[in-house]
Amino acid sequence: MHTEFLMGNAAIARGAIAAGVNLTAGYPGTPSTETLETIAKYRNQDTYVEWSVNEKSAMEVAAGAAYAGARVLVTMKQVGLNVASDPLMSLEYIGVKGGMVILVADDPGPISSQTEQDTRHYSYFSKLPCFDPSSVQEAYDMIQEAYEFSEKYGTPVFFRPTTRICHAYASIEVKDEDEYVHHSADGFKKDSSRWVIFPRLSYANHKKIEARNVELSKVFSEYSRNAIIPERGSFAGSGAARKGVAAGGISLALTLDNLQDLEDAPRILKVATPHPFPEQLAVTYLQDLDEVLVLEELDPVIERELTYIAGKYHLNVEIKGKLTGDAANAGENSPNLIAAALDSFLGRAAAETAAMPEPPQIPVRPPVLCAGCPHRASFYAVKTAMKGKKTIFCGDIGCYTLGNAMPLDMVDTCLCMGAGINIAQGVFRTEPDTNAFAFVGDSTFFASAITGIINAVYNQAEMTVIILDNSTTAMTGHQPHPGTGRTMMGEVVSKVSIEAVLRGIGLEFVETVNPLELDKAVDAVVRAAAQKGVKAIIFKSPCIALVKPDQPLSVDQSKCIGCKRCIREIGCPGIVINDGKVCIDPGLCTGCGLCAQLCPVHAIGGGCHD
Amino acid sequence: MTNTVKKNIDNRNTDNKNIVNRNIVLCGVGGQGTVLASKLIAAAAMEKGLRVMSAETIGMAQRGGNVFSNLRIGNSMHAPLLRSGQADVILGFEPGETVRMLHYLKPGGTVITNCRPVKPTTATLTGSSYDGSEMIAYLRENLAADRLLVVDGQEAIDKLGSPRVLNMVLLGAAIRTGQIGLTEEDIKKAMGRLIKPAFMELNLKAFDFARQ
Ligand code: SF4
Ligand code: SF4
Repeated sequence: MHTEFLMGNAAIARGAIAAGVNLTAGYPGTPSTETLETIAKYRNQDTYVEWSVNEKSAMEVAAGAAYAGARVLVTMKQVGLNVASDPLMSLEYIGVKGGMVILVADDPGPISSQTEQDTRHYSYFSKLPCFDPSSVQEAYDMIQEAYEFSEKYGTPVFFRPTTRICHAYASIEVKDEDEYVHHSADGFKKDSSRWVIFPRLSYANHKKIEARNVELSKVFSEYSRNAIIPERGSFAGSGAARKGVAAGGISLALTLDNLQDLEDAPRILKVATPHPFPEQLAVTYLQDLDEVLVLEELDPVIERELTYIAGKYHLNVEIKGKLTGDAANAGENSPNLIAAALDSFLGRAAAETAAMPEPPQIPVRPPVLCAGCPHRASFYAVKTAMKGKKTIFCGDIGCYTLGNAMPLDMVDTCLCMGAGINIAQGVFRTEPDTNAFAFVGDSTFFASAITGIINAVYNQAEMTVIILDNSTTAMTGHQPHPGTGRTMMGEVVSKVSIEAVLRGIGLEFVETVNPLELDKAVDAVVRAAAQKGVKAIIFKSPCIALVKPDQPLSVDQSKCIGCKRCIREIGCPGIVINDGKVCIDPGLCTGCGLCAQLCPVHAIGGGCHD
Repeated sequence: MTNTVKKNIDNRNTDNKNIVNRNIVLCGVGGQGTVLASKLIAAAAMEKGLRVMSAETIGMAQRGGNVFSNLRIGNSMHAPLLRSGQADVILGFEPGETVRMLHYLKPGGTVITNCRPVKPTTATLTGSSYDGSEMIAYLRENLAADRLLVVDGQEAIDKLGSPRVLNMVLLGAAIRTGQIGLTEEDIKKAMGRLIKPAFMELNLKAFDFARQ
């Protein structure tokens, strides 16, 4: 053992490596992404790692390897699990041979997600066990135990950290390499009565699964990560009420911090396996209490379980939480919210903070497209080409969702990965005189837009698909994808051509244009919009984080007439106003040249004349 | 698989009574180097056998957005996040961001801040007059003089010739207040491990800058 300062996701990855993981597959998504990247970095020779084209593929690749006896890890964010839910729901009936951990990172807040989806429901829905770590150290230790449970019971298991675990850092105890488990797959054994899903098999396995989960509930009541703290004594609170707090995940850690200095702290129920719920442990806990406050993020999963158990065993205890209005029912549990909920539950005075007068107005800093981002040019080209026409611009998931900000204002809808294509199709069907546009990034194109385009072509839609190809998965930190010609194993492979895919589907108008050449880009959009059917323009220019910036441009102050057109039209953060003059910040400008093309007096130029 | 949880819950306690727990907030704007500063403090504290936890802003909020880190040193915390009124020190890389995070400061806590603003893109669009001086004035009005250290980051950058070492300038100033509980030597040792040799000289110069 030794101590290291690790990010939660890195700790999870290192734990999986210590458990002998043989294969990892995933799709990038905040806050899960660094896990797979860490495995790729620290893996030993015979460990396989891939970014799959989407979560469904990742789940299936991992399932196949686990059928053959490998220990596998699948990684994704919570909404990614919706994409992988088809194989998931069947896989539970089939089970696995090698240990299979499905890492799904939830994002209370949400901080960087479309929804506050709670993976613990999927665990209940799919009948799979779920492990919910409350700290970085516990995440490291618990994922190793999750592999043992998975193999012992022949089932995939969920591992569900949240953002504040995934992206927290902590100094933790980790194993030395000689303490690692080495797992080798014993290979796929043909047996169609086991690996081929049929109604009869599903019926038989369903019965086994229900019995297993009853057993697991008992096993989890003994599992040391589910615990009553302290084991006996100590009930706090006003009057004679005996009070307790039940919590899981980061809410548990925040509760422990909050109650640390309390002499007579309430009893705590720590829930590390929300499913199957440790029922016996909960009964022991509830028996001695009058009131329990449940602190958890996202949905009231623990709260409902405790309410159910209290009813089932006729326990005279009141369960409070989200359902009763005693805890916030949306957003993340900040330490301040936890403190407020506990103060009110315990009848305790709020901790004192220094009272200060209202501060001056602090500027807001919404996220914006980077200076020089090629998406800005693409949006601006479409905007210019379609000025004055009836349009809808359907956006999608990626950095380019930020195209919605002023002054571009070019994203009218955004729903989920790949949805923009068929939403545009639906709008066109309802309002045929609308010029329907769908914007989709290169990684999203491969992940889930291709079938949508086929649907639009087959069903005779009229629309223009704009592919924003910046040769990477930018928003999650630049992961490779099928179009980049690189894999996570470091191989250089042939690129899947977006243009060839589109032509293969049957699109006749497919043009690849550099969006930074504004006139050509506008012209391509005008011509595409005039055509019938489904058309596509691939705006190809690399993400600025991938290439060395060009020489920054500058504003010739003797020519500039101060019209601020450059600022009002494109909002590039590289253009600033200093002492009333329009200037370019050489530290931010990448020399993309977009602003120079719209200055009416050609005041913006390259070189160093300032 | 048994008993591990006992270790997790119970051992973060008492054995080191004389250790001062420290809660620090670092804040600024994406790209200013707050994360490296936070990593250096963490590494230096760990070298002394202390436990460290931190929470950072990661993801979409990074670029040009406000970023913060909560950093906790000691042997008794369970979570990396701080509540209002818990921070011993706020190390602010941008005056507006320092004020945004001020609610974290505990009564009697110390603030070290850069006085130079980073103007948001929106300010360029809306023509707001934000220049940071109103934030410094507010801090001076509301904090005792010995609890506030204002550093001119731009002057340091100009003299050192690189905008990339602002973090070391501020970190050096913060360490010398004595409020972080680590010495200059502690941090310099950590720099030796975390910073590439080619950049060491400049970073060390920056670290020492604010004393001149
Ligand atoms: S050239 Fe103009 S638009 Fe492009 S990055 Fe520089 S300032 Fe921004
Ligand atoms: S568009 Fe040209 S003239 Fe107008 S403010 Fe910008 S640089 Fe000056």
